Parts: sequence; structure tokens; C-alpha cells
Amino acid sequence: MTANSTGAARVGDLSEQHFGQRLHDGIGVQIGPFAARIVVRSERIVESLYRLYRDYALLPDDTVFSFHVRLDERRGVPGLRAPRVRFSVDGRAPHEDMPAEQALAVLEWGINLVIALRSHAFLMLHSAIAEFRGHAMLLPAAPGAGKTTLCAGLSLSGWRLFSDEFGLMRPGTPDMLPVPRPLALKNESISVIRGFSANANLGPEIPGTRKGTVAHLRPPGDSILRSEDAAPVRWLVFPEWRPDTPCALIELPKQEGFMHLATNAFNYELLGESGYNAVATLIGTASCHRFVYSDLNEAVALLTDFANDDT
Amino acid sequence: MTTPESVGRAAHEVRKLLNLVVRQPERLPELSLPDLDLTLRAARRARLLGHLGYRLRDQGSTNQLPQVALDQLHGGMAMADARARLASWELDRIAWAMSSGRQVPLVVMKGCAYLFLRLPNAPGRLFADVDLMVAENDLHYVEEVLEDMGWESAELTPYDDNYYRRWTHELPPLTHVEREVEIDLHHNILPRTARLKPSGERILAQSHRLPDSRYAVPCDEDIVLHAMVHLMFDSDLADKLRDLVDIADLLDHFAGADAAFWDRLVLRASELDLRRPAYYSLRYASRLLDTDYPERIAGEIRRWAPPWIVVRIMDRLVPRALYPQHPDLPSRATELARLLLYVRSHWLRMPPWLLAYHLSVKFLRKNLRLA
Repeated sequence: MTANSTGAARVGDLSEQHFGQRLHDGIGVQIGPFAARIVVRSERIVESLYRLYRDYALLPDDTVFSFHVRLDERRGVPGLRAPRVRFSVDGRAPHEDMPAEQALAVLEWGINLVIALRSHAFLMLHSAIAEFRGHAMLLPAAPGAGKTTLCAGLSLSGWRLFSDEFGLMRPGTPDMLPVPRPLALKNESISVIRGFSANANLGPEIPGTRKGTVAHLRPPGDSILRSEDAAPVRWLVFPEWRPDTPCALIELPKQEGFMHLATNAFNYELLGESGYNAVATLIGTASCHRFVYSDLNEAVALLTDFANDDT
Repeated sequence: MTTPESVGRAAHEVRKLLNLVVRQPERLPELSLPDLDLTLRAARRARLLGHLGYRLRDQGSTNQLPQVALDQLHGGMAMADARARLASWELDRIAWAMSSGRQVPLVVMKGCAYLFLRLPNAPGRLFADVDLMVAENDLHYVEEVLEDMGWESAELTPYDDNYYRRWTHELPPLTHVEREVEIDLHHNILPRTARLKPSGERILAQSHRLPDSRYAVPCDEDIVLHAMVHLMFDSDLADKLRDLVDIADLLDHFAGADAAFWDRLVLRASELDLRRPAYYSLRYASRLLDTDYPERIAGEIRRWAPPWIVVRIMDRLVPRALYPQHPDLPSRATELARLLLYVRSHWLRMPPWLLAYHLSVKFLRKNLRLA
């Protein structure tokens, strides 16, 4: 399904109660190039999902979906067993049941997992990505390097969010595809983003997950409304958060950029030749940089100035 | 609401859709969007996405599909290609490891044979592991060479290791320390303990070396019979529709090139003591996938049937097990059918006393953490 004009009905057009009912029965939403069908049988996260998913376009039931996911809450027994949630895709659970308080994080990670495991029609780089004046900046990094935080900062400062996790492209085409999803901020990043912008709309803080405390940032409405607008990559920036270090953007030899990019991918090896060609094209057209930062305000200002001068 | 009727209808729907697109993939674009959605989900579970993708591409009818459907087919094709590439590389490395020393015959089986012979079922087929067959006398030598060159035997309990070596037709799987592909090294196509006694030596004797290759492949009949015995004798059949599709494609290919293939197949099934699995395979390939075999061999094949009551029971169980469950409306009856076929596969694999011993060790280990 590609029909998704700006006039399409969105989650926010439903009442919260109606949305909750639809979640229970199964609701279709467009997430970038993916058509997701989501069933949630856990009352406790309806309100958060309503807030985080406000701007996503609704899909009719007669749609070919990219994946069908489901979250079921299993009641606990007081004093014996805490309530748990089960995430499943097409009727199968890819991992064990999780504590019910983590329901929202389990669903969000579950959707990312399904995208990562299945979407081999695309090259999936492990990268945050944001767009400035029609040009995409890729921020590839391993978990913990601060790419989600940086990406959140950029997307709250006039950049268009593509993704904090997936640098997505169809092999054979030069453009990156947006997959705007709620951004999972972890631990200190949560207060950093709260302090960074008064416009940050965050879901509840979920303590005790395998990645510590997590809170989800709602993607800016514009990034979701324009999630069909692809953009070519102009900048490859490998970020690294290092405490008490001044911000610095350092040019990187392209061959190093290639290796960093290829080793930070979900399915570069799986795609073989077409993955190699896609990365080679990307490296050929984009400039490569290493980026060290500690303060988010400084980092966003520097990258914005840089992009401003370079467009 | 989930009712027995809705579960039954859902199972029927999945079978109808998969049958249609397996036989006539070009009709995939004709399906309604909800039917197309369900078909793709079922095909993914049945590991047939890549297979369908390649069939459709060959017929040039992919451009009529919605992008999301196309993406899933392309993903399935990419995944299958990647696994085939890994298997090819593993075979390349094994050939390298075996290049010096004794030139023992190495016969590639199953997916590797389909790949090397460019059989029509190879494109889009999801590989599991690398299957190699060697003479029983060479088994130890090949294992030693591979272990010297960096492959490692799976870490098993002494019981399991002994079980493999003493009772089965293969060694514990070997994996190279730098890679993930598992190699199954066989000396036969069924365990030593199985009710049927095919001769590994006869299979090796009829194999032939591929030009410019370290490897040999079994003769055409043995390729088909191996697929048949693997599905109808040595498995629980759960979600194994793909294996029946393999058999139907192979029969179509070999018999299409030479009608005398049928007579050779019948003869060979008798020689290798594989009449019963051949009977079942032909029965279900023709009932479910429209495989046609000539009248002149039909009489012979009928004589290979078990008592009619067994056939009636298998007719109830086999299709249920083969087709994937409806992802949202799984049926308990299907789970039961699969359990019964699982028990059957063990029953066929070893004599009752060994089965009892084997299952009790497994039971004790699971429940008492012994053994």
C-alpha cells in the first residue's frame, strides 16, 4: 500500500476509547514503508500508545501487511506470580514473556526486532538518520554511542526525523527511506531531552528494563506526515558520546567510513553483492566524518551550522 | 469469536490459498488483499516465500503486486540466496580441506545437490544445513580431516554423542569455528535402527562426480527417493509443505525430461527398500499438488500401500500437519495430528526397546537433570 496522502485518517482522529477498542481488535498503521497490524490486549499502555502514535496514518483492514504483531497481558496471581506480557508475531513468541510494567517497551522493541529480522528487501544500516534541507545525515553507531539522543536532539531542532535505528534503502536506489518510530531514550538521556526542549512529548518512564530506564519520545508530526519523502545521503557522521569532551567533527577517510558502515548493518552480509553496491554508492556520494560530543546543545548547534554551510 | 467452525474454516482457507499459489504462482496477484496477506503469512511459515518470489519473477508477473507484498517476496528471495551462498562457501572450504590426502568420494545431498545441479526447486529454497554422504568406512577419516582443519563436533552429552555414532546414520553436526553452517556427515539416508534398510553403499555406487568439482551427486532417482524418505519416514511433517513441493518439482523435472524416469524410480524404490515412503509421497504429491504419474506404474505403487485403515488415518493426519496453521486461529486438532506423526516418526526410527530406553533417558534428563 502506498496510498497514504496527507489527507489519510490518523490515529489522533479516533477518540482514545475507540483507539483502545481498535487496538484490542487489531489496528493497521503505516510506519514508513511498512504496513503494521498491531493487536494490544493490555489496557495499561493504551493511553501511552494513543499519545505516541497520534500522527500515524491508519490503514484499512483489507491491506497487505508487512507484519502482524500482538501483545497479550497475562494476569498474575497475587503473591505468587507477577503479571506478564507476551509479544508475538504471526502467532509465535520470539522471546520469553516479560514483566507487564514493561509492556510499552516490549511492544516497541518487538516491532524493531520484526523489522530487523524480516525486511531483507531493504539494506538496513544500524544508524540514526535525520534530514536537513532535503539531504540526509546518517549517524551510524553501535548501541550506547548516543545516536538516539543525538537524533532526538536534531529532530527537536528543525531536522526531519527518519529513524533512530534503521538506515533503510532499497538496493539499486540512492535514497534513504524514513521509518519514523517513537524514540526509545535510555537512562540519563531522558532528562537530557526533557531539558533540551519543552516540546519533547515523552511517554512514561519504564524502569528496570534490560537497558535500564526507558522513555519513548513521540516523533515530530511532520516527520510522520512526510514519511514517504525519501532523501539522498549527503553526510555520514559516526557519533561517539564522550563525557567532558568538546564537540568536534573530524573528516574520516572514505575507506574507514565504508568499514564502519558495513560493520554497523543489520543485513549487509546477507544481501551480498547488492548490499556491497548500495554501501559503495553511498560512500561514493557522501562525505565521511567522525563526531565526538558530550553536550547535546553544542552538538546539535555544530551539526546544524555544518549542514547549513554545506548545502 | 473463536469457535471450532471458525478454526476449521481458517485451516481450510490456508490450505486452499497455499495450494493455489504453489500450483499457479502467477495467480498470486489475482487474490483479494486480505487473501494475499494471509497467503504471504502462511508462505513465510512454510518457508516458501523465496520459492514463490522466484516462480513469480520467472513468469514476469511481479509488477502487479502491491509494494508491501513484493517487499516480502524480495526479502524471502534475499534470505534464501544468502543461505545458499553460505552453503556454497562451506562446500568450497570442505573441498579445500579435503583436497590433499585420500580422495574419498564426497556426495552432496538434498539442498546442496539441488544447487549444484541447478534443479528447478533450488532458487528461493531456504537452506538448513550442508548434507554430505561418504562411505561408512571413510566416515572416521573425513571427520578427522575436518577436525584437523578447524571444524568442531557439536558439544553433546556422552549419551547423545554415543547415540549418534552407534544408532544413527550420521555424525554429530560439525561446524567450523569461524562460521555457523552445520555439516551433517552421513553414511546412509536412514538411521541404522530404522525399520527400512536402504543401502548407503548402493546410493554411493550410483552417484557420479560433477565435472570440475570435488563433489559427486546421487543419481536422479536417489535424489528424489531421499527427499521422499526424509519427508514421509523421518519427520513429523509439521510445516513441511516445502518438502512436498520439492518432491513435486523434482518429479516434474526428471520425468518431464524422460518419461522412463518413472520406471527407474519404481525399480530403485524397491532396490533401496523405500517403497512405503515412495507410496506416501506419490499419494500426497498427487492429491495435494496435482502431481501426475503414469497409469502403468500406478498398479505397482498401489501394492506398496499399508493396510487401508492406516491409509485412512494418514489421509487425515498428513495434510493437517503439512500445511502451516492459520497464524491467528491455530487448531488443536492439528497439534494432535502433529504429535501423532511425531510419535510415528520415532516408532519408525528405532525398535521398541531402544525407543523406550531413548525416551526414558530423555525424560529423566528433562525432569531429574540426570544422565
